[in-house]
Amino acid sequence: MGYVIEMLNITKEFPGIIANDNITLQLEKGEIHALLGENGAGKSTLMSVLFGMYQPEKGIIKKNGQEVKIKDPNDANNLNIGMVHQHFKLVHNFTVLQNIILGVETTKNGFLKMDEAREKVVALSKKYGLMVNPDSIIDEITVGMQQRVEILKMLYRENEVLIFDEPTAVLTPQEIDELMKIMKDLTAEGKSILFITHKLNEIKEVADRCTVLRKGKYIGTINVKETSKEEMSEMMVGRKISFKTDKKESIPGDIVLKVRELTVSSKGHANKAVKNVSFDVRRGEIVCIAGIDGNGQSELVYGLTGLTPIDKGQIYINDKDVTKLNVRHRNLNGLAHIPEDRHKDGLVLDFNLSQNLILKKYFMPEFQKRSFIQFNAINEYGQRLLEKFDIRSGQGLRTSLRSMSGGNQQKAIVAREIDLDPEILIAVQPTRGLDVGAIEYIHKQLVNIRDEGKAVLLISLELDEVMNVSDRILVIFEGEIVANVKPEDVTIQELGLYMAGSKRNEVVI
Amino acid sequence: MKKAKDVVLGDGLNNAFASIFAIMIGLVFGFLILMISNPAEAVNGFIIILKGGFSTGPKGLGQVLYFATPLILTGLSVGFAFKTGLFNIGAAGQFIMGAFAAVYVGVKWTFLPAPFHWMVAIAMAALVGGLWALIPGLMKAYLNVHEVISTIMMNYIGMYTANFLIKITVYDSKKALSMNTAETAVLPKGGLDYIFYNPLGTSKDLSTVNSGIWIAIIFAVIMYIVLNKTTFGYELKACGFNKYASKYAGINEKRNIVLSMVIAGALAGMGGALLYLSGGNGRHIKVVDMLAVEGFNGIPVALLGLSNPIGIIFSAIFISYITQGGNYMQTLDFVPEVIDIIIACIIYFSAFSLVFRSIIPRILRFRKDKQANQEEKENEGGEL
Repeated sequence: MGYVIEMLNITKEFPGIIANDNITLQLEKGEIHALLGENGAGKSTLMSVLFGMYQPEKGIIKKNGQEVKIKDPNDANNLNIGMVHQHFKLVHNFTVLQNIILGVETTKNGFLKMDEAREKVVALSKKYGLMVNPDSIIDEITVGMQQRVEILKMLYRENEVLIFDEPTAVLTPQEIDELMKIMKDLTAEGKSILFITHKLNEIKEVADRCTVLRKGKYIGTINVKETSKEEMSEMMVGRKISFKTDKKESIPGDIVLKVRELTVSSKGHANKAVKNVSFDVRRGEIVCIAGIDGNGQSELVYGLTGLTPIDKGQIYINDKDVTKLNVRHRNLNGLAHIPEDRHKDGLVLDFNLSQNLILKKYFMPEFQKRSFIQFNAINEYGQRLLEKFDIRSGQGLRTSLRSMSGGNQQKAIVAREIDLDPEILIAVQPTRGLDVGAIEYIHKQLVNIRDEGKAVLLISLELDEVMNVSDRILVIFEGEIVANVKPEDVTIQELGLYMAGSKRNEVVI
Repeated sequence: MKKAKDVVLGDGLNNAFASIFAIMIGLVFGFLILMISNPAEAVNGFIIILKGGFSTGPKGLGQVLYFATPLILTGLSVGFAFKTGLFNIGAAGQFIMGAFAAVYVGVKWTFLPAPFHWMVAIAMAALVGGLWALIPGLMKAYLNVHEVISTIMMNYIGMYTANFLIKITVYDSKKALSMNTAETAVLPKGGLDYIFYNPLGTSKDLSTVNSGIWIAIIFAVIMYIVLNKTTFGYELKACGFNKYASKYAGINEKRNIVLSMVIAGALAGMGGALLYLSGGNGRHIKVVDMLAVEGFNGIPVALLGLSNPIGIIFSAIFISYITQGGNYMQTLDFVPEVIDIIIACIIYFSAFSLVFRSIIPRILRFRKDKQANQEEKENEGGEL
């Protein structure tokens, strides 16, 4: 079979950096081709070149053997190339159907003709098993459903080449399985898929071939069946990666975080999102709250950190009742928080790196004198964190957070929170959307502060992470803690049963 | 070399260029309107606009500074709120309420001795202006009412309230203006009477300018320091950029919204005091059903100064200069309404400088390094 898309010797430079250095990528018809690389390896840049958002300095693109010029996304669309972006491009208060036809509306005398479009969309969703209600408002459907809308958009435009930019980063394990199946169905229908990811399991599961990039350079293209996960990860990061986090036996000490009968209401619902939850986290242990997304994890964390008011219950840090304290005073009592949504809660993207690193410390005596900011102290402090936590940025401390890669943004948050020298660190999905190198790094940091005698509360959706990092697992289901187990005493299957609510045991604190 | 490039591409200079470029386009546009309205006198009229305050010698320049004074403060009011993520459209209401408070104190509180009288009048103006902005601030922070709507409402309430209060307290019904303030409430000249006068035989024809311009400049510098050098400014900016992250960091974002509005209101209110505490030759409050122009012009002043307090000093002086030039155009055959239109076009066209601010560095970079791609910053999702 011939190649649908060939990108030959592509070079793309940005000021001060070569994002793509002589990269060749050949996509066969009907295959799922994975594009693997760390954050900042140049995957997205390469796809942006293919999608017409960037013009390469060198190299050519061929479609079905013919050289083509792709100057903007419209050109790409005309060549039947479609893309599902990592952050979906949907109009939130439009319906599914309105979103799908946006830009290619069928009209008659200037009036919309929706019936035809509706038939086509319904037919497509039947054909590919992409069940979505065309009249739902985007805001009211889950992220997984929104992604289906993005896929339907491509199908509606009869695209042949489908680019998926880290499609699984935002999905729950169940949704990931469904997506994998959909992708296989699509290739069975003759579509070709480019799949950007840094999750090796997913590549192993669906991809036929895989092209690996590292620091903007082409490393190689391999057949997925013949290559082990270890070999792929070594190609990706350039060194051996251990999938198992090294850690000593945990020696739990005194109770640091004590939660009693905590009840938190959910936004916009009468139901309580967290119901009567009680648990302890001790010095020197990593307690993981496992569960399927949307079972009250976010509300639990918001209640613990003081971001939303709680309905009932008590929270103690080192036996001090912090239930009535505000966010600032909880932080001063030793609470640190790596938030779930780093762009919304964790960072001020328009501030530069040094301003973000002092977000929770700017008022402390070392950084201000009579409320005048001490810029020297801030720069020294920032420089120290930069080196200690290996945060990489284009222009050092002056870099705007917006221009940094996701991995380094997360490192900045981790550095800031760990350097608060907390008693208890609450880490919510701290490795979401990161590559193996960064994941390994963040897991190591969590284990380190545990070994320093701090308490860690980890909220995770990824079972690998849950089993790998935690010393004790609490399973949350519909706002209640339904299990309190040690990872060595439980199998993944058993955890799955707890998480799905089909098994529970009386939790004794 | 690298340093030179940094300066060229650096923010400060680049912003100034953007504003100047915008002004030039505004002037070209104004000239086009002149051509349409009165082709015969267009060139002469344009020259008069450009000569601005210079048309009538040092006194004219003094008048430019006098009318720039309230604009600096209303510009600061809008710009400061904008830096903290709020749109203060209510400078007109805060300005006129502050003006009334100042005039009231100036006329009635004659028991105060000389330097304290005008100081208290300014302080009261700031207080009342601040109170006028407190209401939209509270509504924004606690009831989530958008400040654009509430400040516009407060503009009208302020205008009618001020008119009503002036009529029952400090109204000079013969002139249909507010009364003269006591001499002790008039701002001192601050040395400016030695510069801005036209000789008139043996005596001097003094400009109305007084130490108000110094006070305005001092407050611009203070606002610059507050925004850029203090933890308070850091908090306010953090709330403006991302209120969720501010809350997460333990900043009381509701309190900051209220404070930010109150400070903005106090600045606009002081603008009212500085304009009207200028003695018998200065301005008096007209009791008319019209929103204070000084308040609304704070918006283009802030835009043209890119909300930078220091930039606002210059943009206020520019707008005052052009407006003065416009007034002198009446010597030609232009009707006052057309002059207003022309001046408004120049001012508002210039305010589009925000747009140019993002274009200029692109052009420069593109020339310097053709390989540089201008979109890199906009593409958040890009991995670099």
